[in-house]
Amino acid sequence: MGNKVLMKGNEALAEAAIRAGCKHFFGYPITPQTEVSAYMAKKMPKIGGVFLQAESEVAAINMVYGAGGAGARVMTSSSSPGISLKQEGISYIAGADVPCVIINIVRGGPGLGGIQPAQSDYYQAVKGGGHGDYHLVVLAPSSIQEMVDLTADAFDIGDKYRCPVMIMGDGMLGQMMEPVEFKDTDTASLPEKDWATTGTDMKRKKNIINSLFIEPKDLEDLVLARQKKYDEIEANEVRYETEDIEDADIILVAYGTTARIAKTAMSKAKAKGLKVGIIRPITLWPFPYEAFEKALADGKKKTFLAVEMSMGQMVDDVKIAVNGRADVDFFGRTGGIVPTPNEILNKIEEIAGGDK
Amino acid sequence: MEKVFTRPHALTDVPLHYCPGCPHGIVHRLVAEVIDELGIEGSTIGVAPVGCSVFAYNYFECDMQEAAHGRAPAVATGIKRVHPDKVVFTYQGDGDLAAIGTAETVHAAARGENITTIFINNAIYGMTGGQMAPTTLLGQVTQTTPYGRDQGRNGNPIRVSEMLATLDGPSYIERVTVDTIPHIKAAKKAIKKAFENQIAGKGFSLIEVVSTCPTNWGMSPTEAFDWMRDNMLPHYPLGVYKDIDAKEEK
Ligand SMILES: Cc1ncc(C[n+]2csc(CCOP(=O)(O)OP(=O)(O)O)c2C)c(N)n1
Ligand code: SF4
Repeated sequence: MGNKVLMKGNEALAEAAIRAGCKHFFGYPITPQTEVSAYMAKKMPKIGGVFLQAESEVAAINMVYGAGGAGARVMTSSSSPGISLKQEGISYIAGADVPCVIINIVRGGPGLGGIQPAQSDYYQAVKGGGHGDYHLVVLAPSSIQEMVDLTADAFDIGDKYRCPVMIMGDGMLGQMMEPVEFKDTDTASLPEKDWATTGTDMKRKKNIINSLFIEPKDLEDLVLARQKKYDEIEANEVRYETEDIEDADIILVAYGTTARIAKTAMSKAKAKGLKVGIIRPITLWPFPYEAFEKALADGKKKTFLAVEMSMGQMVDDVKIAVNGRADVDFFGRTGGIVPTPNEILNKIEEIAGGDK
Repeated sequence: MEKVFTRPHALTDVPLHYCPGCPHGIVHRLVAEVIDELGIEGSTIGVAPVGCSVFAYNYFECDMQEAAHGRAPAVATGIKRVHPDKVVFTYQGDGDLAAIGTAETVHAAARGENITTIFINNAIYGMTGGQMAPTTLLGQVTQTTPYGRDQGRNGNPIRVSEMLATLDGPSYIERVTVDTIPHIKAAKKAIKKAFENQIAGKGFSLIEVVSTCPTNWGMSPTEAFDWMRDNMLPHYPLGVYKDIDAKEEK
């Protein structure tokens, strides 16, 4: 503890996972997250862990399902096209209440898209992706330190609620170097995994990891029970950061890399005398509605400006949060183009000008 | 009076849902007997497929995971890598293992993943009502080959045991069937060896059981076995396709 080291985002994330007790990693190479696999390949054999390069993302996520079901702290990492392939497994993992951590270092899409930073997998991560009634807890770090902290938290949240957790980063965060500090992990308060397939040892009834429930009533009961769990997550795990939302006329809403750029734009706007604040969702699901309630509490007229590296996906959740009580606007670049602070500033000024 | 025939302990005491005369029940029993005889119920974790044997997780008394269609070898890999000292097996049909899950099968075999796979080849998709399988014979009529499987239109059946035997990973591959008492005995011996291999750490073993689907073949159980002997066994000959022990003996 207390020692800062300079690390690349993807490698810091991998190290954080290992320190959180993840000894099993299954992946398939894809840019821009390959450093995660490379780091795991180097480290795991040295700590008695497992790094396995699977034959596909489909296989990798199903290995995760097996390993998570068997009680291990397990992780897989990929980028957009690979995450699409994992959706089948993610749905089964959610449906069988298996904890695991899935990393998506998002790149531009659709299709093969590009390899530059993007946030265009927001819908996929937050609104389903796979089939059925389920949620992923989605964590969106905006610095390497936060990536490290959230990786540890992701394992804890997964184990606490028996659910898959996704960390959404982008190529910028993955490649960037920043000083980081690793915190100690304490899993003592987490529930025992007495449901895992570890072998009965002839001492207990058998455990079954399964998502098939052929009787509609059984399935509905299970989905309802899981919904209760989601309600709990919504009550306990919402995370966000706000800055100067109290008397702002314009409130930026941005996450991840984009939030950093939006903050620079915000400073520039403030220097020009504009009243601008920011809401930075850290959990994309559960979405931080609470932050919007705070921002709306004064009942004044204001505009929420969603800034994303996509054609506008999170902006839908901003609209739900605002629910007609304020204007909602959007600015985004996509395809791997990172918006500049000045572009965002221009948009802020346009909105401010329109208000005059 | 001494009980001479009882349900194996590893076979859960619930009614199996299989159609009357379906070999799935016989093979389940053989697997359970082997688990009993090796005394490994408490250390075994099974993986059920998607197919008629989807409920296998209810039938074996050991810990079980239910996999997505075709993914059982990947799921088993995940479990085995967490518990290398435990016995992990998959039980899969031909659609599951040789169509949608071909990649997972081939690569688990190629890695020499130390698991045991029981493969039921009934040349048809049983659960979904009798469509063409990757193992459906040329000329065979199914719901999706109503005029018979045609090479040009539908491609050729896959001989899984022969294909996997070309890989360096597997330790043991044998094709058996369960139509007669001697064949059932031979099948059990093969299944037992496949589990023993895993316990000895020898790597991937697969037992292909040439089977029937009386319901979707539209035959009685005995007619189905006759058809299997006349048509399937010539295309899928019984025998050992790979055995690293045999090689060592040479
Ligand atoms: C992804 C996916 N595709 C299709 C299905 C539908 N499905 C269920 S069982 C099955 C075929 C199973 O056939 P086989 O593996 O030969 O086993 P059998 O039923 O003959 O024992 C199919 C296509 C499914 N459950 N999941
Ligand atoms: S449909 Fe065929 S394979 Fe399935 S249980 Fe019935 S007979 Fe057996």
